[in-house]
Amino acid sequence: MKKNDLKGWLYLLPAMLFLGVFMVYPLFDVLVYSFEEGYNSASQTYHGVGLYNYAYVLRDPYFLQAVRNTFLLVIITVPVSTGIALLISLGLNAIKPLRNLFQTVYFLPYVTNTLAVGLVFMILFKKTAYTDGLVNLMIKWFGGQSVDFIDGPYWAKMFVLCFYTVWVVMPFKVLILTSALASVNPDYYSAAKMDATPGWRVFTKITLPMISPMIFYLVITGFIGAFKAYSDAIALFSTDLNAAGMNTIVGYVYDMLYGNSGGYPSFASAAALILFAIVLTITCMNLLISKKHVHY
Amino acid sequence: MKIVLKNLTKIFPSRNKKVGGEVIAVNDFDFEIPDGKLIGLLGPSGCGKSTTLNLICGLEPPTSGQIFFGEDDVTHLPPENRGVGLVFQNYALYPHLTVEENIMFPLQNLRGKDRLTREEMQQRVRQAAKLVQIDQLMDRKPSEMSGGQQQRVAIARALVKMPRVLLLDEPLSNLDARLRLQTREEIRRIQQETGITTIFVTHDQDEAMSISDMIVVMKDGIVQQIGPPQEVYDDPANLFVAQFLGTPPINVFNAAVKRETLYIGDEAVLEVPGVGDRPVSAAIRPEGFIPKAGGRFVSKLERVEVMGRDTSVVSTHPESRNTFIRSIVPANAKLAASGERVSFDLYPNKVFIFDAETGERIRFKLKDGDAQ
Repeated sequence: MKKNDLKGWLYLLPAMLFLGVFMVYPLFDVLVYSFEEGYNSASQTYHGVGLYNYAYVLRDPYFLQAVRNTFLLVIITVPVSTGIALLISLGLNAIKPLRNLFQTVYFLPYVTNTLAVGLVFMILFKKTAYTDGLVNLMIKWFGGQSVDFIDGPYWAKMFVLCFYTVWVVMPFKVLILTSALASVNPDYYSAAKMDATPGWRVFTKITLPMISPMIFYLVITGFIGAFKAYSDAIALFSTDLNAAGMNTIVGYVYDMLYGNSGGYPSFASAAALILFAIVLTITCMNLLISKKHVHY
Repeated sequence: MKIVLKNLTKIFPSRNKKVGGEVIAVNDFDFEIPDGKLIGLLGPSGCGKSTTLNLICGLEPPTSGQIFFGEDDVTHLPPENRGVGLVFQNYALYPHLTVEENIMFPLQNLRGKDRLTREEMQQRVRQAAKLVQIDQLMDRKPSEMSGGQQQRVAIARALVKMPRVLLLDEPLSNLDARLRLQTREEIRRIQQETGITTIFVTHDQDEAMSISDMIVVMKDGIVQQIGPPQEVYDDPANLFVAQFLGTPPINVFNAAVKRETLYIGDEAVLEVPGVGDRPVSAAIRPEGFIPKAGGRFVSKLERVEVMGRDTSVVSTHPESRNTFIRSIVPANAKLAASGERVSFDLYPNKVFIFDAETGERIRFKLKDGDAQ
C-alpha cells in the first residue's frame, strides 16, 4: 500500500512540477505583488506591505473606465451572442438541404485570426479623409448621419466592440448548440407531436430544458471570456486603449506592466486580483441560478 | 374502436438514387382489428412492424392505402387528431418533469372547448396514475424510477388523453426478465379495464402469444398470418410462421411424400392422405413426439435434459435442418432407447408439411377424416 502510494506520487510528479512552477507559483506571486507597496522591478525592492495598490487601482479613472467598458461588454455580448446563436442553431437544425454548407459558413469566423477580423471591421467602420467606410455609406443610403465608429462617440465605439465580439464568439456557440439540438432524442418530439403540443410549448418545455446544460455552459464560459476580453479591443482601436477610452480590465493590467504607463507590477497584480474576484462572484452566481433552471 | 387497414403500403425511397433499392417496409396490408381487443404485431427485426405502428398513429404517411378508425377515414389526419395514445419503446418520458407533470403534459395542450381546469386535469391524472398503480410516485423524476415504473408512467401519459386506440412499441424490451412477465400481465389488465383497442409490437413470440387476443405475424413487410395465438400455433400458414412461433422451436426436416406417405430419409414416418408425390419440408412440434419402442421415427440420442415437469430429449438426425432435434415428453414417459438410437411415433396434428421451395403449407387429411 505504502509503496503504491509512493509510485503514484512519482507518476504525478512531472505534472505537479509543471503546474507548480508555471501556475501555482505565479498565482501566489501575483497575490504577493499586489500587497507589496512601492515595488520596484529593477531593484526588486519595496517599502511596505498593505492595501495601497488596491486603493490606487480602485481610484484610477482609467481602471474605472476599463471596468465600465468590460461590464458593458459582458452584459451586452453574452446574452446577445447566446440568443442569436440559439436562433441560428434552431434554423440550422430545421433545414435539411445545405445544412452542412451553412454550418461551415457559420463556423468560419472561428478559424479566422482575430487581428485579421479586426482589420476587416476597421475597413467596414472606419471613417478616413478619403472615405466614410462601408457602414457609413449604407447609413447615408438610408438617410442617416454618418458616425465615426472608431474615433467617434463612446456609444459608437462600444457598439463596434460589442458587434465585433458577438461576431467572433458566435461560431463556437453555434457549433455547441447545433450538436446539443441534434442530440435531443427525436422520440421526445414525436411524443409531443402525438399530444398536439403547440410549437412554442415544445420549445420552452422540451427543447430548452433538454439543451439547458449546454446553454449554461456557454453562458459561464461566455462571461469568463468576455471578462478577459483584450485582443478584440486592440484589433479595433489599436494599442493605446486608454486614450481611446476603450480599455478593458485585462488591457489595464497589460498597460500597467508593459504599456506607456507601465512598469507597475503591483498595480497590475491588484487589478488582476480584482478581476479574479469579479469573475469568481459572477460564476458563483451563475452556478446558484443554474441549479434551479438546468436539468441534467 | 375497430381499426381497418386497407391495402396499406409504405415504401421508403432509397437514400442513394444510383444504387437504387427502395425499401418496402409495409406491403399491401389488409386487415381489420376488432373493437376492444389486444393485438400483438409479431415479427423479426426489420419486418415493418414498427412502421405499421407509425402509420396507424400518423407519424408516417402511407405511400398508398387507407386507415379507418371505426367508420372514420383517418389516413390523412395528423397524429394529434386521430385520438391515439402511443407508448414509445424507450418511453420518451420528459426527464426534467415529474411523473405528475409528465402525465399532465398532454392535457395542458388541450385548447378551445376541450380546455380543462386545473382541478379537472389533476383528477384525470390521478385516475390514470391509479389505473397503472403509480399514484404513490407522483413527485419522482423518471430517472429516479425503475424501468417498469417508467413504463407505467408512459402508459398513463398515453391513456390520460382517453385515446380511441392505444399503441405500444416493444413495450417490454427494455425490462428485465422477471419484470417482463409482471408487466405483460399488467398491460393485459389495463387493456381489459379500459377496453381500449390496443396494438402492441414485439419480436418476442412468447410475449405476443401469452397476452394477445389476436396476433399478426409479419415478415419482410408482408402479413403471414392473422388469428388467435393458439390457432396460429396449431395451424401455421407457412414454414416461417411455424418456425417463428413456439419454444423450443419446431424441428424441420428435409423430407418427401411418396404414395401418400411422409418419408424422412428412408423412414416412412406418417401417412399423409391426399398429398401427391413431391419433395417437402416436414416440421414437427417438440411436443409431437411419442416415445415408443419400434416407433417409426428414429434418431440418434445425444442427451436427455430433465426439466421437472417434462423431459427434453435432444437427438440428431441427418435430414434435420436444425443441429439438434428437441422433443418434449412427459417426465414419466419411458424412453425407447436402444444403444444410441431413440424411436418415436408422431402425433399427426403436430406434424406440418410445407412446399420445399415456397414454404407454403400442404394440408393432409387426418385419420378421423377432418382435413388438417
